[in-house]
Amino acid sequence: MEATRETIRSERKAQEVETERRARGAWLFYLAALVSLAGLTDAVYLTIGHLTGANFRCTITSGCNEVLGSPYASIGGVPLASLGALAYFSVFSLATLAAFNHKWATLALKMVAGLMLLVTLWLLYLQAFVIHHYCQYCLFSAAMVLTLNLIIFVAPVLIKKGQYRLR
Amino acid sequence: MKRYLPFLIIVAVLIVAAGSVIWFVQKSKQNGLSNTNANAQSDTAGGAHVRGPANAPVTVEEYGDFQCPPCGRMYPELKKIEQEYGDKIKIIFRNFPITTQHKFAMIAAEAAEAAGFQGKYWEMHDKLYENQQAWATSDDPGPAFIGYARELGLDLERFTRDMNGAEARSRVEQDMQMGNKAGVNATPTFLVNGRMLRTEATSPEGLRTAINVMLRVNQ
Repeated sequence: MEATRETIRSERKAQEVETERRARGAWLFYLAALVSLAGLTDAVYLTIGHLTGANFRCTITSGCNEVLGSPYASIGGVPLASLGALAYFSVFSLATLAAFNHKWATLALKMVAGLMLLVTLWLLYLQAFVIHHYCQYCLFSAAMVLTLNLIIFVAPVLIKKGQYRLR
Repeated sequence: MKRYLPFLIIVAVLIVAAGSVIWFVQKSKQNGLSNTNANAQSDTAGGAHVRGPANAPVTVEEYGDFQCPPCGRMYPELKKIEQEYGDKIKIIFRNFPITTQHKFAMIAAEAAEAAGFQGKYWEMHDKLYENQQAWATSDDPGPAFIGYARELGLDLERFTRDMNGAEARSRVEQDMQMGNKAGVNATPTFLVNGRMLRTEATSPEGLRTAINVMLRVNQ
């Protein structure tokens, strides 16, 4: 009897420790959600620009018109920026759900973020070696994707093992 | 409540993102022609280069860059439009060299101005666009410009001096200032009776539509 009670108590204790550890790790998901919001804003801006044909003022780099006007800026008539917006929205949703303890969201988040990184690397290659121009909005997006991947894959490893582990 | 909170946040973000796309796209569809800054005027201020009758009901004003490929592609189309509409339109050309992207755009604009000092602005304008590919891809466009000046029968010594002189530069910069005030940030940018064509309408068809609208309005 006493032994059973002891087991239950230790299980509860273990659960509490686990819950607290997860709660501490949740800030990384909030951070990921925040970064994806920045990326979403950028992608929505570019989508609006693509659909309305607005002029982009390239203030830092000089190749916005070349990059955003290139054939790579849309796939089958669908603006690439809108696909980016969709991806950022997915990351935002999954990170928010993960922060609120939906375990399944973590794996999906890692998959989407990983896929975005691959697409981003391809787009950076296109800008550097095919179009030979850089667009600041695309570079900003690349920075956001890189940051997201650092938060999701690298930060948990760097932070002391077990303390802020991503669930 | 906490159970539903993440979903509420997600839906709110979705509404804001999708809503802003829909709102801006709708707004843009409502006015294919956008109103420009009040300072933008289709007049001949600043000694602009004009061709066509002064009392033409429609004024097409172009902010162009001699080295920009879309401007080069638009050039023959604009010629066709000019022929189609005859004395109903007049064309104004203003320099807007995007020097950050086109390293010879400024000197080309100055070459046109220098030819203008000898009364051959439009002739040089045409030569620059017709041969854009040749001089834009060379290492030094200077000899090509001098060659065009020779073909036009200009005083070459004066042309070379003017091309590199302060007067031509100041003329170009005056145009650029005017363009910046009007909100021009890409080339070619067209203003039809002072109203700026949106980028998606900056095509031969878009230009014809805008001219037709203005002709109807002015009837």
